[in-house]
This record gives sequence, structure tokens and C-alpha cells, in this order.
Amino acid sequence: MIDSSLQSKDPLEKSTKRIASGFRLPYWLNTFNVGLVMVVILLGLALLAPLLSPFDPNLQNIQDRLLAPDAQHWFGTDRFGRDLFSRVLYGARPTLILVSLVVILTVPIGLIVGICAGYFGGWTERVLMRMTDIVMSLPSLVIALALVSILGPGLMNGALALAFTSWPSFARQARTETLSIRRSDYLSAAKMQGITGWRLIIGHILPLVLPSAIVRAALNLGGIILAAAGLGFLGMGIQPPTAEWGSMVSSGSRVIFDQWWVAAVPGFAILFASLAFNLLGDGLRDKMDPRHDK
Amino acid sequence: MSVLELKDVSISHVQGLEKNTVVHDVNVSVKAGECFGLVGPSGCGKSTLLWVLAGLNPHWSGGIQLLDQPLKPGKVFSGELRRRVQMVFQDPYASLHPKHRLRRALSEPLKLLGYQDIDDRLSEGFKLVGLTENMIDRYPHQLSGGQRQRVAIIRALLLEPKLLLLDEPTSALDMSVQAEILNLLNELKAKRDLTMIMVSHDPEVVDYMCDHAVTMKAGRIDKETFYD
Repeated sequence: MIDSSLQSKDPLEKSTKRIASGFRLPYWLNTFNVGLVMVVILLGLALLAPLLSPFDPNLQNIQDRLLAPDAQHWFGTDRFGRDLFSRVLYGARPTLILVSLVVILTVPIGLIVGICAGYFGGWTERVLMRMTDIVMSLPSLVIALALVSILGPGLMNGALALAFTSWPSFARQARTETLSIRRSDYLSAAKMQGITGWRLIIGHILPLVLPSAIVRAALNLGGIILAAAGLGFLGMGIQPPTAEWGSMVSSGSRVIFDQWWVAAVPGFAILFASLAFNLLGDGLRDKMDPRHDK
Repeated sequence: MSVLELKDVSISHVQGLEKNTVVHDVNVSVKAGECFGLVGPSGCGKSTLLWVLAGLNPHWSGGIQLLDQPLKPGKVFSGELRRRVQMVFQDPYASLHPKHRLRRALSEPLKLLGYQDIDDRLSEGFKLVGLTENMIDRYPHQLSGGQRQRVAIIRALLLEPKLLLLDEPTSALDMSVQAEILNLLNELKAKRDLTMIMVSHDPEVVDYMCDHAVTMKAGRIDKETFYD
């Protein structure tokens, strides 16, 4: 009886769903997989740049300057006659290195600050969270520019400058999550068993706070790539002649009306990288969400 | 010989700068080997009292003598005392760390105490509460409620406590599992020379388990009962 009523209901539900969504995407085509494939492509291109690039990215050839895309130079050449395809491939490297440096710097700092604030409470929390609020209220690219102009341009300094303004979101999130588990029975039980201090924080609290920090890092990466390109565009990133997408757009912008591809090619590379990490982060968040139905 | 002696104990919950006293002037004495019951309606302060005895709430005043040691208000338990007082929590679904396998959850405190024969102790513990040893590499979410509560009991007993605190250990379990856990606790009490303090709102459970009980009402002791 129950069975038959369930069966009669099922086709109806299916048909309404089909009408509502119009058509169904294949199950493997979701945000996470698309993002993952794009990130893997990006990493592969960066790693294999010396094998894949047809020309030396820094080889200048003034006769071939500002050539339109053709069979020899797939993406054309820039104003020094350098092959844009090779430069775009090599340009993925500093971007990815800078982005991973920023993540390596910000995630641990944010987690330490947030977990300490949430766990110790009281004055520790007030001081740490007000510091976080202050840094959060700073305009990140402007501060990064100021820091780079003090420290001097370069990969490491660019990463430091971007990291300085991007840890607070991790701290906030870690604090909220720590607060929600601080009074949990299993932490009380651990304390009763003599587990205290850093052992409790690293062994018991961190594993519960880390997954959402990873999701947030993946989501932030898109923004960090944009900021890194912004630094390069303003001449505060990696210095020429090293290929870097931001500075490539900047040099292409001088000839943008006549030779649009010189700026457009690295611009699309930035778009691709930023989109890849955004999709990956979005997909990760969906996957980690307990309400996710797949 | 008494394991626990409470003299005019009052307990507060501190939230920010506010202090809210929820237990007033409690006088209780618990003898060694006894099962002592704390009974009363919800919100009467029985769990609050238990959390003070567990060393998880230091905001109290009065005099407490626990395992022949006078306690000081505002101080956390440490060393020998920390180990000899253990607790089994109410909700078996919330008292085990969700990301730790049983092996890690159970062996970490023993490692801290410097034991060498941890694996032997763990398998002995599993036998004691009637679980099979092959569960040891599972996560808590792979166990049923009754199994988790048994794991929580092993966890408490591995530290060889003298005083076992039970915060409504069966209220989150169904009837048949309840009976199993209560029988297990009774057995362990006889075998291990344990003193138990049990919080419950179920008079039948207290009737079945306890030698001595107090009923609390609005933060004060209302009546004291001795069972035979």
C-alpha cells in the first residue's frame, strides 16, 4: 500500500522537475569538476611551459613586432617581437607562485588569530578581533601598493603585501567556528582527560575549522589573482622582462586600438585563472555543505 | 570514608560581567563505593552541580572536599585529581570528536600519561563494555548511539577513575539500550570499586541504580533519600 503510493508519486515529481529545469545537465558537469579541470590545465601549462612554448619568452625580435596572430605566432607578438603564446604560458608561473605564497601566509595566520580569539575569549578575543577589524577596513590594493613601494617591487614583496590585507576573513571565520564548538561535549571530554593548551587547539579544534578555511582560500584565490595582476599592471609586481600577465596587459594597453591582441591575450589568461579558482572554490563549498544533495 | 563532601556550595554561571547564581547552599556527602543520584526537574541545577564536580565550571563558592583533597574555587583540576574524576556525557552523539577515530580518541590521554601498553588496555576496555575490537579504527558516526555511549564509558574508565560522573547517560538512548547501559554500569561499579554520581530526571533509573539520592528543586536540595 505504502509502496504503491510512493510509486505513483514518483513519476509525477520527476516530470515536474524536468519541466522546471528545462533540460538536465549530465551529472559530471558541475561547478567543482569544471573548476578542477581548469585549475589542472592551468597548473599543467605552467609546469610544462618550457616544453609547450614554441619560442623563448624573452627573445626579442624587432622585425616581428606587433604581428597579428598567425600559424607561427598563435597569439601574435608584442612590441618587442616576443611570442605572446610563450609569454602567456610562462606568465602563469609567477602568478601561481605568488598566489600560493599568499595562501601559505594568510591561512595559518588567520587560523591562529581566529582560533585563539574564539578559544580564549575575554581580552584576547577583544584585542585580536579589533586588530582584525582594523586590517579588514583597509582598502587592500591601496595598502598593497603602499607596502610594495616601501619594500620594493618583486614576487615575495608582492605576496607579503597582498597577504597583509587578506588574512582577516580567515580569522573571522575561524573565530566563529571555534566559538560554536568551544562548549561542545567532546572538547569538555578532552579537557577532562587532561588534554589542554596547544594540544587541544591543534589536535581537536583545528581539524574542525580547517575544511571551511580551505574552501574560503579557494574562493579567495580568484580575487588574489586579480590583485596580483593589478600590482603587475601598475608596475609594482614582478619586474620586466619576466613575463607576468598584469604587466603584459599594461604594455599592451598602449597599442590597444591597433593591436588589441597584445592586451587581450594576457587579459584572457587572467580571466581564465581567476574563473578557474572561483569555480573550484564554489564547487568545494557546495560539496562541503551538508545540505548538498549529491 | 567519604569521596565527596560539599559544604554550603553555591554555583554561578558567569556571562561577561554578569553572575547568575543557580545553585544555593548545597550540603552533600557521598561515601566511597556508593551510587549517588541527583534528581530533579530540568533547570533545577543538578547538571550545573555535576559540571562543577567535573572541574568544568570553576565559578563556585563554599567548601568542596573531593577524593580527600580540598578544592579551591576558580581553579581547574590538574594532575592526579584530573585523572581520577571522569564523566560520561548525556548525548553520545556529541561527546565523541567527529574527526577522530576511536583509536586516537581513546589512546591520546593514555599517551599523555606515559603508558606503554596502550593497545592492551584498549582491547581490555573494549571487552569490558562488550564491544568488538574491530571497531577501533572507525569514526564515531559509524557507530550506533548505544555503541558510542559504550565507547564514552571506555574512555572514562581507561583513566582508572575513582569517581565516575554520569550526566543522564541513558536519556538519549531507547529503552532496550538504556537497560543494557545501566546494567553495564552496575557491573562495572561492582568490579572496579567505583563511586558514581548520576544525574537523572527519571525516578525509575535512580531507583534502579542508586543507593543514595537527593532531589533538587530550584537550586536547593529538597529531600534526601536512602535506598536499600
